[in-house]
Amino acid sequence: MLEYISIIITAIFVNNIVFAQFLGICPFIGVSRKLSSAVGMGAAVTFVIVIATAITWMLQNYILTPLHLGFMQTIVFILVIAALVQMLEIILKKIAPVLYSALGVFLPLITTNCAVLGVAITVVQNGMDLGESLVYGLATAIGFTMAISIFAGIREQLQWTSVPSAMRGVPIALICAGLLAMAFMGFSGIKIG
Amino acid sequence: MNDKLRILFNGIIAENPTFVLMLGMCPTLGTTGSAINGMSMGLATMAVLICSNVVISMIKNFVPSKVRIPAYIVVIAAFVSVLQLVMEAYVPSLYATLGIFIPLIVVNCIVLGRAESFASRNGVFDSALDGIGIGLGFTVALTLLGAVRELLGTGKIFDATIYPEQYGSLVFVLAPGAFIALGLLIALFTKLRAAK
Amino acid sequence: MKSNLINMVLSLGVITIVAAAALAGVYSITEQPIAQAKAQKQKDAIGLVLPGVQYDNNPAEEAAEVTVDGETVKLFPAMAGGKLAGAAVESHDNNGFSGLITVMYGFDAEGNITGYAVMQHAETPGLGSKMGEWFCDPAHTIVGMNAANNNLTVSKDGGDVDAITAATISSRAFLRALTLANQAYEQFAARQ
Repeated sequence: MLEYISIIITAIFVNNIVFAQFLGICPFIGVSRKLSSAVGMGAAVTFVIVIATAITWMLQNYILTPLHLGFMQTIVFILVIAALVQMLEIILKKIAPVLYSALGVFLPLITTNCAVLGVAITVVQNGMDLGESLVYGLATAIGFTMAISIFAGIREQLQWTSVPSAMRGVPIALICAGLLAMAFMGFSGIKIG
Repeated sequence: MNDKLRILFNGIIAENPTFVLMLGMCPTLGTTGSAINGMSMGLATMAVLICSNVVISMIKNFVPSKVRIPAYIVVIAAFVSVLQLVMEAYVPSLYATLGIFIPLIVVNCIVLGRAESFASRNGVFDSALDGIGIGLGFTVALTLLGAVRELLGTGKIFDATIYPEQYGSLVFVLAPGAFIALGLLIALFTKLRAAK
Repeated sequence: MKSNLINMVLSLGVITIVAAAALAGVYSITEQPIAQAKAQKQKDAIGLVLPGVQYDNNPAEEAAEVTVDGETVKLFPAMAGGKLAGAAVESHDNNGFSGLITVMYGFDAEGNITGYAVMQHAETPGLGSKMGEWFCDPAHTIVGMNAANNNLTVSKDGGDVDAITAATISSRAFLRALTLANQAYEQFAARQ
């Protein structure tokens, strides 16, 4: 149990996927102008990461490794993720139209979100078991949702400030992200268990 | 001839993938702790970009439009995997340094973006030129960001000491410095382009 | 090109098969260089951490696994005339500042530390990453220390080793890995 708590705290705060690992930066910057869409994106990413991690973990450990096809990892994982996102879109539309209307617009953007593939590769590299992988995937996604939500809140405020013209938009947002990353550095080195 | 040159230089300035299009941000921030790492990452991406652009422009007429994106992803993923194997075999320490960002080239929006917006509409030669141009633009941007971070953080550029290390501000090598240095560089680039 | 089911399946299938075949081809070419590069790195590290130790075998080929308190490390014995002259031990610790660190340590027959080489780490650049040079710098070196005479913990914890400035956590992990290596070596030597 302590092990899981340690994974969760590490993945959300200490080793935050955006501020410490630099994954998922494109949606972090692209979809963070409004708080509501940031939360939606976070939820969609969480959904996809957990399912994708479960599937790719099983593929890796039950098919690729036993057959010595480790070198096919990248190509197999990205295809699985792309197909999964497509399928989720279709399934959600059919069985959960409410959820679809909330997350639907973000789903196509997720295939090229490197956080998903990044988590899938990381859990394999670190040799985690299925339980640890799922907990790690979920916690990482929560860390992403938290990061993008905080950031969107800040950017909503930024609209009302006067910024030198060259700094407007992405540059000032990146500098805010840098300050946030500095705040998150306060968590670094924390160990549980 | 002018046309060809324009395609080549388009990627370096007018459509610089980092400073103008702002794509492929993850490796841009994640691998630029030093100039040499940034440059290596840029060159690795460029290699994939050129190969995938060429192959995609060759097969563009045989791929039905509804499945073109998955088809492009397979082509790109194949080249990324080849790159992984070759790097692991011949430059293992560099492969270890760049780590997860090498397989993640496959989800770099720049590569798929050029496949879709350029290679699927142009000939083989032009697509190769576009790959070189965009790749160079990316490499220049990453090298520049790496050099700035390395200089401010450790007083060195490409491991050559410019000023003593203890005067450096280590935060620029760490995560926050990546965001801040990139933000300032983009602002500078925007300013210079506006002044022209 | 217009899409219908047949040409969609066919084109995707052909592309995937060609890609997989090409990949398998490259894999078969690079398989050997990759294995060689890994073996070479290990061999270089073994040579690096055992300066001054005379041996007449190839430690890399006589690797043994030693388990101490549930942690298994690889030990490369250096033999001279059939007797143990020292060993390189590839040890690790999971609680570095950013997780796993792997270090190769060298010991001579008396258990003195002869050298070390950092194999893998993800410590903070400019702080914990200095471990590669710090502990062999004459000002605060661990080379020549011996677990029998020295307390191999950082001075903050009452030990004899100066921690890397502003990177105590990395230093502790480094020394935990060292202690593990040392225990493994003692266990191995006792069995000889």
